[in-house]
Amino acid sequence: MTWQPKILAILCNWCSYAGADLAGVSRLQYPPNIRVVRIPCSGRVDPLFIMKALQTGYDGVLVSGCHPGDCHYLSGNYFARRKFAMMKPMMEFIGIEPDRLQFSWVSAGEGERFADVVTKVTNDIKKIGPIKKLVKGV
Amino acid sequence: MNKVIKIEKSTKQGLLEFLEHLLVNDKISGVLTLRKINENGICDYGFITDPKELIETAEPFAPVMPVNASQILSSLTPTTKPIAAIIKPCELRGFVERVKRAQGSLDNVLTISYTCGGVIPLNTFQSDANEKLVTDYFEVIKGTDTPDSVRPTCKACEIFIPMTADITIPIFGNNEVDSDCSLIMNSEEAVKMSKDFKCEIIESDLDSKIMAEILGKRTAEKEILFKTVSTTKEGLDDLVDTFGKCIGCHGCSRVCPICYCVLCDFESSNFDYNTDLMENELSQKHALRLPPDTIFFQLGRLNHMSFSCVGCGQCEDVCPAGIPVSTIFKKTGEDVAKIFDFVPGRDVEEVIPVMIIKEQEFPEVGE
Repeated sequence: MTWQPKILAILCNWCSYAGADLAGVSRLQYPPNIRVVRIPCSGRVDPLFIMKALQTGYDGVLVSGCHPGDCHYLSGNYFARRKFAMMKPMMEFIGIEPDRLQFSWVSAGEGERFADVVTKVTNDIKKIGPIKKLVKGV
Repeated sequence: MNKVIKIEKSTKQGLLEFLEHLLVNDKISGVLTLRKINENGICDYGFITDPKELIETAEPFAPVMPVNASQILSSLTPTTKPIAAIIKPCELRGFVERVKRAQGSLDNVLTISYTCGGVIPLNTFQSDANEKLVTDYFEVIKGTDTPDSVRPTCKACEIFIPMTADITIPIFGNNEVDSDCSLIMNSEEAVKMSKDFKCEIIESDLDSKIMAEILGKRTAEKEILFKTVSTTKEGLDDLVDTFGKCIGCHGCSRVCPICYCVLCDFESSNFDYNTDLMENELSQKHALRLPPDTIFFQLGRLNHMSFSCVGCGQCEDVCPAGIPVSTIFKKTGEDVAKIFDFVPGRDVEEVIPVMIIKEQEFPEVGE
């Protein structure tokens, strides 16, 4: 069997998780490489969650929240966006390919968009290949 | 142009006499300053309330940082009695960052700072034979060169002019330090304090030509330093090489002016490892480093505070494993701060980047 990437999908409860639900209910096809973690809001994502996931062997991380302006808690995703913008130089510093980490905004009604996003992310990470672990020589 | 107090004495003596005047006239209740604690010239921070003690022991410009004074100021403020604090530019910036995080207050604090030539590493300075070192240091900083004895981060520090001080004193790049004292007053507060003080007051400012020359030299030095400590070149292997030495003492966060959390996330039970967790990690890797999470701790700290890093170099100084922590944090911090057009400690009104919300920005994130 060819190598399949393992991707952690951190989805906000109010939009993206519902979007993923809709994709399932509508029987849309998307790659089975994501493992979903449901969180109350994308603003809850500490960059450390992402680091930890990559460190423990996930090949990529997808964080998805409500569209800017649509946050259930009004401003959570604005904070999230700032934190994510900050992640890029950090990833470069660590030496992890920035494309392993992807962000998207998917609303509860966008089942189709969710399937598209997952397909795109999976393809991107397949192209990069398996992650090198943070341990020497392993 | 600012109002400047001119005293025809050495800078140190002039400043101490000014502070003595403030103490005697009850305009301030005490002075936070570096002071000698024995004949060998070993220094620590002290909060001095007695004018006589101040004149005898204070060493306001000693090139050493026993702790980052912003941490001390947090415990001295908020205060109802005015105090004066003679601190370095990076310590002042650190304190401003702390005030933004509700860890102290600038009210009733007369901040006095100076153009800083850098500090000598703690181990070297606090030894018995530092006399020659310090004399040489003060001789070199009369010109525009940074002494070789200072910390690597200090050599590459571009913000050697205090950003928000009430009183700025030219020390670095001032060849008249021994004969002339000028106290540049940047705020109304400082002018008010100096009202009854008998002295000559002129209109002047820092010598911009000399400051620009120093800045040029420091920038060149910074580029060299950032090139030598690069973790991006080799990627993950390089990261392991750099942080693999970490013994997990968390000393760097203890001395950091920005790391103020009473319970650091990394010392909380969130990071307690039990056998289940270890087995889980071992199912992905073939070996696990113990104690775990030392590299992760560094990455976490980078994420949590690097954008506010003032580059004081204290973390690098205390690191028992000799990791160039400060250089790495300064470099990454500058990269991150650039995105937000943020300079730590520039202005107390400036909100830290992760606390701002704007509707329209970063369209590239999340498409």
